[in-house]
Amino acid sequence: MELAARSYEFWLVRYRRVWRGSVATSVVNPVFYLAALGIGLGTLVNHSASRPGHVSYVDFVAPGLLAAAAMQTAAGEASFPILAAIKWTRQYQAMLATPLGIRDIFLGHQLFIVTRVLISSAIYLAVIAAFGTIHSPLGVLALPACVLLGAAFGTAIAAYTTGVAHEGNEFNALFRFGIVPMFLFSGTFFPVSRLPVPLDWIALATPLWHGVALCRDLTLGRGTLLADLGHAGYLTVWTLVGGALAYRFYRRRLVK
Amino acid sequence: MAGSPLVHARGLVKEFGRLVAVDGIDFDVQRGEAFGFLGPNGAGKTSTMRIVGCISPPTAGTLRVLDLDPVADGARIRAKLGVVPQQDTLDSELTVRENILIYGRYFGLARADLREKAAQLLDFVQLSERADDPVEPLSGGMKRRLTIARSLVNDPQVLLLDEPTTGLDPQARHLVWDRLFRLKQQGASLILTTHYMDEAEQLCDRLVVMDNGKIVAEGSPLELIRRYSTREVVELRFADRPPEPAELRVDGLVDRIESLPDRILIYTEDGDHVATALHERGLETSSVLVRRSTLEDVFLHLTGRSLVD
Repeated sequence: MELAARSYEFWLVRYRRVWRGSVATSVVNPVFYLAALGIGLGTLVNHSASRPGHVSYVDFVAPGLLAAAAMQTAAGEASFPILAAIKWTRQYQAMLATPLGIRDIFLGHQLFIVTRVLISSAIYLAVIAAFGTIHSPLGVLALPACVLLGAAFGTAIAAYTTGVAHEGNEFNALFRFGIVPMFLFSGTFFPVSRLPVPLDWIALATPLWHGVALCRDLTLGRGTLLADLGHAGYLTVWTLVGGALAYRFYRRRLVK
Repeated sequence: MAGSPLVHARGLVKEFGRLVAVDGIDFDVQRGEAFGFLGPNGAGKTSTMRIVGCISPPTAGTLRVLDLDPVADGARIRAKLGVVPQQDTLDSELTVRENILIYGRYFGLARADLREKAAQLLDFVQLSERADDPVEPLSGGMKRRLTIARSLVNDPQVLLLDEPTTGLDPQARHLVWDRLFRLKQQGASLILTTHYMDEAEQLCDRLVVMDNGKIVAEGSPLELIRRYSTREVVELRFADRPPEPAELRVDGLVDRIESLPDRILIYTEDGDHVATALHERGLETSSVLVRRSTLEDVFLHLTGRSLVD
């Protein structure tokens, strides 16, 4: 772990140059989304006879947006930056000439990705709290839930990047057919029960849906322990499987 | 310890699928020497360097680096090496100084010590004025010097330089040579690859000539020239069709003749004599040059091809 911390430090040093912009984005984004969807669209939805989750729309959508943002941060950090470190800036090659090994490089970068998720999710959580959408002290646990969701996506997308991506255009498919549909249809904006069979089953299998359900239970303070442990367990499995795959692909890609 | 070589390789092989990049080579590098791999692109020099640098595992053969086994102790060996790769791996968004600092952290060096070390190293490679500028706008020569400075951050026991001046303009090249020469004078051990014979002649105490993954000759630059070439060379160029090589044999003074597409090389111990004799015979040439033999001639003799295409 001490060696992984050295490669983690590289990503922190790099982040130090851009953190202001990234934090500003992290504040502005949730404010816009909550204003438009929670308040704007919400005033219409709240007149409906069957309100999603039987709560005001802003309360429903806020935890969904929180989880979806964690996914997007992790996806952004585990796609182009990893390919760049392999191919363009070749930072992994620089590290490999030092005592650092593949495992240290992989773990250090993953650690940074969840750090980024932690920072942006903490800000997101503060903003949705300011909008009055957190109705339970358990809401604070939405933060570790986001980190876990970030780890699930960070490792899985790292596996995609190291296993599949060569030029960068492979990410178009990932975002178009993976991240964007998940963002729209995994319970972020409306319950997946509104989806026709079998799309609802697909939605239930996505890691994002489990993240959204977990965050929603925590901010609304209404989940069952068993269901929430199930969500967390499912995300842990994604993290471990994605991590094992990614590590294999890192080796295959970098040891020649 | 004193007597054991820095690098000891026997029967070293590296295959990439069907391609045999390194085809069973033997060599030893001693402490304090500058050892070179000279050969054209694709000869297997970079693959050899990556194996010695414990970045790439060998397919077969015996290798000891600093008395350790690269497969089992790769990280321990790499902790004592300085690596200057062929393609820069600097982070262009970080500053010159930050690149050295973070690289030092990979070796686990303390931040406080690194500050001072970075200043010394930047001074050594004449980049102190650019210390706090981003790397991005630096010239190729400056980036290469920064890479050299960075490779010295852990006080390595041996420096591995893969084509240290390829792609640099002549002036930038001389600046790099000057720094490497200084390191050599301070007693550093260098291992370098190059396809420039002048680089090999200037920097290497001893070198091996590589071609198609094999070592075809070994010795000091002077030894190699003595063994595989003559003292002097007469280079002839012709405006029209060149004569048959047999017509150029002069008084038993010509050792060997090589016909290249653009010129004919006559290997002899006495270039002036041969040039004068040819002139007296009325040979029509567009230019005649008498020069000393170089490693380029050694390579041509050993492989029938020139180093730089």
